[in-house]
Amino acid sequence: MKPPPFAYFAPRSLDEAVKLIDEHQDDGKLLSGGQSFVPVLSLRLASPATIIDLNRVEGLGGASEMPDGGLRVRGLTRHREIELSPLVARLNPLLTGTMPHVAHVQIRNRGTTGGSCSHADPAAEMPAIALTCDADFVLTSVTGERVVPAGEFFQGVFTTALEANEILTEIRYPAWPKGRRWGFEEMARRRGDFAIVGSAVLVDFDEAGRCGAAKITIFGAGDIPLRIAEAEEMLVAKGLTPETMREAGRITSAAIEPRDDLHASADYRRDVSAVMVRRALEQTASPLRTGVAA
Amino acid sequence: MNVSTRHEITLTVNGKTETRTVESRTTAADFLRDDLRLTGTHLGCEHGVCGACTIIVGEASMRSCLMFAVQLDGTTITTVEGLAQNGKMTVLQESFREHHALQCGFCTAGFLTTATAFLKETPDPTADEVREALSGNICRCTGYIPIVEAVLDAARTIKAAKG
Amino acid sequence: MSSHKSHDIGAGTAPLIGRSLQRVEDARFVTGTGTFIDDMKVENMVHALVVRSPHAHARIGAIDTTELLAHPGIIDVFTTADIAEYAAEIPLRLAPLVGYERYLQRPFAVDKVLYVGDPVAVIVADSRYIAEDAQDLLMIDYEILPAVTDVHASAKNESILNEKAGTNVAFSYRVSEGDIEAAFAAADYTRKESFYCHRHSGVPLETRGMIASYDATATDHKLKVWGATKVPWFNRRALAKMLRMEEADIRFVETDVGGAFGIRGEFYPEDFLIPFATMRVKRPVKWIEDRREHLMAANHSREMECDLEIALSKDGDFLGLRGVFRADMGAYARTNGGVPPAKAAQFAPGPYRVGAVQMDVAGLMTNKTPIGTYRGPGRYEVNFFRERLLDLAAADLGISPVALRMKNLIPADMMPYTTGKLCPYEEPVQYDQGDYPGTLAKIAEAFDFDRMKAKVEACGQKNGKRQGVGLAVFVESGGAGPSETARIEVTPTGKIEVFTGVTAQGQGHETVLAQICSDGMGGVPFGDISIFHGDTDKLEWGFGTYHGRGVTVGGSAILLTARKLAAQLVAMAARRTNLGIEELELKDGAIRKKGAAPGEPPVMTLEALAASADDPAELKAVEKFAPANRTYTSGAHAAHVEVDVETGKVEVLRYLIVEDVGRCINPALVHGQAIGGAVQGIGATFLDELVYDAEGQLLTGSFADYLMATSNEFPEIEAITLETSLSTLNPLGAKGAGEGGIVGAGGALANAVSHALGPLGVNVTSLPLNPNNVLRMIRQATPRQAAE
Repeated sequence: MKPPPFAYFAPRSLDEAVKLIDEHQDDGKLLSGGQSFVPVLSLRLASPATIIDLNRVEGLGGASEMPDGGLRVRGLTRHREIELSPLVARLNPLLTGTMPHVAHVQIRNRGTTGGSCSHADPAAEMPAIALTCDADFVLTSVTGERVVPAGEFFQGVFTTALEANEILTEIRYPAWPKGRRWGFEEMARRRGDFAIVGSAVLVDFDEAGRCGAAKITIFGAGDIPLRIAEAEEMLVAKGLTPETMREAGRITSAAIEPRDDLHASADYRRDVSAVMVRRALEQTASPLRTGVAA
Repeated sequence: MNVSTRHEITLTVNGKTETRTVESRTTAADFLRDDLRLTGTHLGCEHGVCGACTIIVGEASMRSCLMFAVQLDGTTITTVEGLAQNGKMTVLQESFREHHALQCGFCTAGFLTTATAFLKETPDPTADEVREALSGNICRCTGYIPIVEAVLDAARTIKAAKG
Repeated sequence: MSSHKSHDIGAGTAPLIGRSLQRVEDARFVTGTGTFIDDMKVENMVHALVVRSPHAHARIGAIDTTELLAHPGIIDVFTTADIAEYAAEIPLRLAPLVGYERYLQRPFAVDKVLYVGDPVAVIVADSRYIAEDAQDLLMIDYEILPAVTDVHASAKNESILNEKAGTNVAFSYRVSEGDIEAAFAAADYTRKESFYCHRHSGVPLETRGMIASYDATATDHKLKVWGATKVPWFNRRALAKMLRMEEADIRFVETDVGGAFGIRGEFYPEDFLIPFATMRVKRPVKWIEDRREHLMAANHSREMECDLEIALSKDGDFLGLRGVFRADMGAYARTNGGVPPAKAAQFAPGPYRVGAVQMDVAGLMTNKTPIGTYRGPGRYEVNFFRERLLDLAAADLGISPVALRMKNLIPADMMPYTTGKLCPYEEPVQYDQGDYPGTLAKIAEAFDFDRMKAKVEACGQKNGKRQGVGLAVFVESGGAGPSETARIEVTPTGKIEVFTGVTAQGQGHETVLAQICSDGMGGVPFGDISIFHGDTDKLEWGFGTYHGRGVTVGGSAILLTARKLAAQLVAMAARRTNLGIEELELKDGAIRKKGAAPGEPPVMTLEALAASADDPAELKAVEKFAPANRTYTSGAHAAHVEVDVETGKVEVLRYLIVEDVGRCINPALVHGQAIGGAVQGIGATFLDELVYDAEGQLLTGSFADYLMATSNEFPEIEAITLETSLSTLNPLGAKGAGEGGIVGAGGALANAVSHALGPLGVNVTSLPLNPNNVLRMIRQATPRQAAE
């Protein structure tokens, strides 16, 4: 299980990096954390002629606050940095709260958020969180930047809106409004495994404590993470009660088209999707799931 | 920027500076084992799951089968061979022996490197934190319980020594 | 690395048996200085890659090596035609079930490939990287045939694996004891269930590997093979026969071994192919199996179905047990593949007095990786079948699970006890001794089983979760096989060197065997003893390690040899000093006067004695120990689980093992075996599974799909070791301690999960208990009841 031969470039600047990927877009691949990509190489599921390593690109990592209070996470930011960042915990506690479910510490020390989103594994957590938060993806190429909303970024299993000459340089999470609570629940075979199925939710409560907005994502249940708009609208209309949380689960089950795989049948995913959504919504009852993560 | 498939790299391994020429596709694990003959780092799966190949890069534990040697250029790394200093084992290594935290010994290097980095970051861990920290390493022999005990006991000993 | 010096533990004098000494092995492993096979480099070494069939069942057509050989760095390639002259079948080592021998594997597939992973060629290259680059250039035409992927399809014989045999039924036999028809006719209660145990395996963390080198001009060993383990002498004999060489011209050397669990160290196709490769290319050849290969090439185990039927009187007396086993044997007969089904049937009555027993056993060939033994072969499976059925019967009769078992366990005063001839190639089983009811009583008390059972039943369902408890009781054999040999020598500096046929795969043999030697030689300092193992050059004939024989048989040989040498040294000292033999003893590493005061100088040190030897033979002794019969441990597992009825996920809240292992040489190591075995068995019950699709493709070819327990999953496990009944079959009183931790796991957990979900109508009859399967069982039991 050894990787195939390739030419290797380690650009120091983003400018250099986008030029290289533009030049090698037919047979080149970007390497960031490599925690999914290197196994692909070692198993010889891919044999790119050229690899462009982003790890030495200046300024491609790190999280910062945007002027509007949103969170900017650069593509090369390691999972572990997000997990431990007080800034992230303040600006997006859902992201912080989800990180312990992402693989294991050695993987989080190396793996990057941009890499995970670009890889677009349907069972991965990062794409689901970005979708739940209505994050924007900044894609950079020699012709400049374009911004793609999360809802349009994920297009299929391991397939995204990224063109062959583009780099995912930044993910922008909108500001976290007052009164927002979060929930996250996933069913994995073992802690740290990819989810069989999971759900991330955000509920914005108004000052009267009513549900003003809800965002519900189910992942692992189809080719891409999915927002369940019908359930979101239902919660806004009817409010959050034990019955409506169950109903949100039922709506989710009906909305998805899961597949069988080694770890679970489509039926299992359909059933457990409802449970994940309901449990994630139930978590929003806890004041610990407000602004700052517990 | 290097166009070729061979690259000269310089890194510090267990306190020693090494300069070597490597092929771009050589994994960090194969480089350590074959080029530097540091064979204590083991390969149990070569696809990033078992954790036997864990090394410490800077202060962070990472899987050396998921990195290329060329990416180690300019880094400071520690392998299992670099844990003991001047022939004296670390508290953690001694604790592994005392708690019978290894049987065949094949996974042990990965557990030691992972736990070494973990204890530096979390000097006073709970049992749950230890289990979580070690969950990316597979041991087929011990059932993990003695490994968790060994790490907890090492933490206590280190803390007591610091007073 | 076959030799490592023991550390002085500085902890006083004998006896060392029974003490938890730190392992001498550990110093090299915690410092990264062990020598596993892939850690070795031999000068001028090249690398082999085994090309394997991508198809489950196909006829091999034309093979074209031209392009491959033109690739830079490729040194050689050979295929079945190249080995034709030597391509003998790999022999059976154990379990000669009649008919099975028709399916023996040759090093390369001949005419047809029969499973995904079947070796078809070997590439030798400058590096493994290059070999992998070039392997797709080897052109092989395949004509794909229908794949047989389960025992039912196999039995239909519509697609035949081995056309010469003409059937997929490799063997089929009946064993019985007592009048089964009468037993069932007289029964007040009978129940029959169909069980399935899933395919999984040992999966040691180090994959297989070896280095072979050949020098036709060498005067001692022409062929050297590093990386041997388990049974090096047997494997050397098999290889010598296949290569038509003298055994003495081949040397097998064991390195450090990263776990085996029964599956590693048997003679596999590669054990011929790699030595053959080195003879072809005339350079040392290294082969290290990669993980994908390992999961498709190394022995699988456990997969079988069983229809089991029990007959009880209304009071719960165990009148009869009859079963039909259908074992999925995979594509070929491997060296010990008959063991799992044969032992499942033989151990079907377990530790119980059963009026009559009848077992029908069939081995069916399928286009899957061949079966071999895995830790507790046949036992994990049959303990699940039988113990699950006993719980069902107990519930039906309204008797507590503990009481029903207690009533039927073989009482200590009936020992030795025979269950009869339930294995066609073995003598009737005789349980030597043991207090089986005592073992059950111990676990019932330590687990507070009856009270816990009532407690969880009263608790019902809370927050979508239900709890349950379950038991499994077992009897487990050890000390199998032929004799083991030991040779012990005094070195010129008065140190002790022990040469044993026992091999080591992580158990700590270098430590426990030194403990035994020390006690056998009047307390020779532990640190003065070195253990040499697994090297065919160091001992004329040994056998190896498997089935709990390392200590029981190998250790006993060492104890006898140590005693013999001690007596020899005392006699020698008597001659040198003109003192009477009866006045002297070997104590604490020197010849002393009996009853000498502490601190009194010895009569002779071993160094002085060694210097005085006229003949080197005076300073060494060889002894064999041949076990007259097998040893039997008894034990039980108890589990307390919580099932999430909405997701099917099971959490193990508490797990306890009790096993009476006879003499415990090193309690810490025995405890480690129990806990480690338990986590393997618990993990196997929930996680490990080798899955094939309908075309015979292995779907679990990586660790992303073949899941094993991690540190997070099963933290609450305890083990109690009893030394209640020492074996009388060996001088140590030991019974073997490697398998008890695993063999009850499937049964105890299936019972616990069934107990938790019983009120929902769930009856677990198949494994594994993964969330998908558990939720399906809940759904099928309560189809219209939403689980919200």
